[in-house]
Amino acid sequence: MHNFNYHRAADVADAAAKLTATEDPKLLAGGMTLLPTLKNRLAAPSDLIDLAAISDLKGISVESGEVVVRAMTPHAVVAASAEVQKALPALAQLAGNIGDPAVRHRGTIGGSVANSDPAADYPAACVGLDATIVTSQRKIAADDFFVGLFETALEPSEIITEVRFQIPDRAYYMKFRHPASGYAVVGVMVAQFGAKVRVAVTGAGPCVFRVAEMEAALEKSFAPASVANIHVSAEQLMGDIHCSAAYRAHLITVYARRAVEAMVG
Amino acid sequence: MGEFAIGQPVTRFEDPRLLKGGGRYVDDLAFPGMLYGHVLRSPHAHANITRLDISKAKAAPGVRAVLIGEDWAKSGYGDLPRAEGKKKRDGSPMYRPHFPALAKVKVRYVGDPVAFVVADTIEQAQDAAELIEVDYDILPSVTSVALGSQPGAPLVWDDCENNICFVHLEGDKQATDAAFAKADHIVKKRFVISRVTAATMETRGSIGHYDQAADRYTIYTTLQRALNFREELAETLNIPESRLRVVAGDIGGSFGMKSGVFNEVGLVLLASKVTGHPVKWVSTRSESFLADAHGRDNVSDAELALDKNGMFLGLRVHNLVNMGSYTQPGTDSGAYSNLGTLAGVYLTPAIHVDVTAVYTNTNPMRPFRGNGRPEAAFVIERIVDMAADELGIDPAELRRRNLIPPEKMPFQTGLSFNIDCGEFEKILDLTLEMADYKGFEARRAEARKRGKLRGIGMSFTIEKAASPGYEGAEVRFDRTGSVTVLAGSVTQGQGHETIFKQIVSDTLGIHPDEIHYLQGDTDQVFFGEGTGGSRTASLGGSAVTVATGKVVDKAKKIAAHMMGVDEVDFAEGVFTARQTNRTLSMKDVARAAMSPKNLPQGMELGLNATAAYHTTKQNYPNGCHIVELEIDEDTGQVEMDRYVVVDDVGNVLNPLLLKGQIIGGISQGVGQMLMEQIRFDPTSGQNLTGSFMDYAMPHAEIFPHIDIKSNPVPTKTNLLGVKGAGEAGCVGALPAVGNALVDALSHLGVTHVEMPATPERLWRIMDEAKRA
Repeated sequence: MHNFNYHRAADVADAAAKLTATEDPKLLAGGMTLLPTLKNRLAAPSDLIDLAAISDLKGISVESGEVVVRAMTPHAVVAASAEVQKALPALAQLAGNIGDPAVRHRGTIGGSVANSDPAADYPAACVGLDATIVTSQRKIAADDFFVGLFETALEPSEIITEVRFQIPDRAYYMKFRHPASGYAVVGVMVAQFGAKVRVAVTGAGPCVFRVAEMEAALEKSFAPASVANIHVSAEQLMGDIHCSAAYRAHLITVYARRAVEAMVG
Repeated sequence: MGEFAIGQPVTRFEDPRLLKGGGRYVDDLAFPGMLYGHVLRSPHAHANITRLDISKAKAAPGVRAVLIGEDWAKSGYGDLPRAEGKKKRDGSPMYRPHFPALAKVKVRYVGDPVAFVVADTIEQAQDAAELIEVDYDILPSVTSVALGSQPGAPLVWDDCENNICFVHLEGDKQATDAAFAKADHIVKKRFVISRVTAATMETRGSIGHYDQAADRYTIYTTLQRALNFREELAETLNIPESRLRVVAGDIGGSFGMKSGVFNEVGLVLLASKVTGHPVKWVSTRSESFLADAHGRDNVSDAELALDKNGMFLGLRVHNLVNMGSYTQPGTDSGAYSNLGTLAGVYLTPAIHVDVTAVYTNTNPMRPFRGNGRPEAAFVIERIVDMAADELGIDPAELRRRNLIPPEKMPFQTGLSFNIDCGEFEKILDLTLEMADYKGFEARRAEARKRGKLRGIGMSFTIEKAASPGYEGAEVRFDRTGSVTVLAGSVTQGQGHETIFKQIVSDTLGIHPDEIHYLQGDTDQVFFGEGTGGSRTASLGGSAVTVATGKVVDKAKKIAAHMMGVDEVDFAEGVFTARQTNRTLSMKDVARAAMSPKNLPQGMELGLNATAAYHTTKQNYPNGCHIVELEIDEDTGQVEMDRYVVVDDVGNVLNPLLLKGQIIGGISQGVGQMLMEQIRFDPTSGQNLTGSFMDYAMPHAEIFPHIDIKSNPVPTKTNLLGVKGAGEAGCVGALPAVGNALVDALSHLGVTHVEMPATPERLWRIMDEAKRA
């Protein structure tokens, strides 16, 4: 690990100020990706601005039609929240299956979303549940937020403060874990909002994406058979030594179908 | 000491200490003035070093030394230990490359050490290493063992023709050829055994300390055989062994891997001599993938000849075995020392094996749990299943016809094994019953309705354990009658402390709380080879038994003298004067033995004994595994549903520890069959699996309950009647799981599945079968 200056931000304004005042800063929001990267000497930020002490950034509330998760809320808290389990069980279940227990107790929703790791779970929840990413400066629709591989719409000085998930009529998330890393190779969130259906896929592409053809088919008839023969092209997908792009494309169809199966019982 | 007696399921004495963080691993040690070393490693698989500039690194903050190949060459130290003794096909000696701790002119694998930076902190050493400038002229490389021996392959060593390290022939070629000539049926298959890494929970590490005033070296390190290590390392350092102390603390797993004298051992000692300080190097997890020795990695072309009744007539095997880029003692042994497992538990009269060991631009190799045994077991047990399939005979029935019956023991197989005892058919029947083999087809049909392809697979494997060798033990009573037991073997987690305390407690009647166990320090332990090849219970256990026997013999004389009788009886720690009600405890006698007035005239003071046990005969643990698994038709994911084992490891010293060994071995076998693999880019020679993000390890959650029963058939080849248990699980698991996978897919015409059987590989097999 290279040396860096450590700052414990008092509040969001303080963090934002330090973000612009330092040379090459990084926000520390749990550090489940950042700290291993630093330890492997793959990044050398001049300053780390830790958001952990900002109590205002923690907590969950269920408001009219929305589950609001503050940015520094750990995954384990979301998973264990009775409110989330009641209002949006798919979200609690997704959070409860991120990484391992250590990751779930240290990692936060804001950190995960801001990182836009292609294999992270939360992006599928954000896009699938039509979430709004609220920052220190503005509100961004999840559809516009995830731009590419580890790339988001965030400006350098912008800090995520909360994520507001729309509560669907029903939703389900399923993932195929990577044989080595355990990350999602394919994670599919299917959510039904009245006549509208969202299908968001994480793990397979450079960042989370929706499958319009599946959404349309499910809006016509919400049944496993509707998606069973819809295949996403492997061309835009990623591959590695364990799971090729073609295999991931195949798994998207399987997991979309299984998610719908689970929803219709 | 009933509850601690031999055979009792005693919980491990070492666990409370280890579980509470009380372990003392290399990285837990610190010494005043200790410096930290970082190894700069080759980023290329094969390259000439055309320029190496360390001036900036030497001037960096905190840096005390930067060692390069020239420094090693000038140090007065020799090569790291090198393999020797084998021959090439024409009878000329094996190719034995020089093995300096730092490459000087050429690097030969990704990870080959190029420089060693020593600084006040590890961060300073890492920072400084980034300032070293190296220019490489990249050369073509070869990592595959199959390609490495082909004419025209890039040469790892310029003067080593076709990269051939050595050739080993075993068995009877003429008889085998004759058997094949009269065969009714011949089954042929090429089996590729993948390369894996030990992935020990504790990575390798060493602290070197050269004491200039005493002119003596101490190395604290991760190892398996402290005294052998001292012998080999002293030769490298060109010093008498008496000027070297080797200390192993707790060791977090080895499985054969840590048995080598690695480059970093030499580097911390040279660095300590140069700087005058103790120097520590501990591998990071990422580094371990590049710097540890790997295991397995060979290609077997096997042929089994049968008559029309399914009797095995002959077996012919050609192996290509990857040696990596350098060879140490032990690197080579996996290629030849366990070929005996190929003969299996079968009567096959004629066998011939032809092995070619090949250098490649890959990490050096070392034994890995089984060291040739699982590889050989995979070949014989897969080809037997293939034969069963081709002849339309049930795999259990085909095995049964060919099993060696007890009345033919001792049985000389077509290879090296001379099997002294075993009840193979009984074990087969027990396992089939435990597995409800007869009920399988109903379970398969039920699974099919759930979209799952269910398969059953068995293996019946045998290996050698405790090769001819020796082991030492010492039992020392102190003045108050408590005991220290010292062993030549070194535990890496197997539970030696528990087993040895059980033996001492059982034979001397001393409570385990009053027994201190000491190992791994060559200044304290007088004799022994160490750990490896499933030898400790057989040889180390026998050595402790001999030592306690000597103690009892002497103590009896003292007790008789003290009680004024000619002879005493000894049981449960108590000496009884015959026909009297007078008794003395072992502790009484031990205390008394410290005073001349209690001893018969001329008897030496004290109650201590050393023992050096040796055996000329190995033993043959064996067992039957049956596994049932389901493959998800849509995804190729495998779920193991049942796993049963009946083993024969002779007398069982501790059933709890035995289960641990079997389960651990199975886990590593399953890991290799389903997911683990070190992979190299075929063009660049880069390791593509350099972290746990890419190297898949089996987690506990994938295993079903593993049901284990023992059918002990005690061997007479050691004092305890035990057979080795450390490798048995791994040996049986690889082929059992492999056979179950093929069985699950056999209706699709599948006859073999390569390892690792990843979900994608299985999905592709199913997908292709559907398209065909």
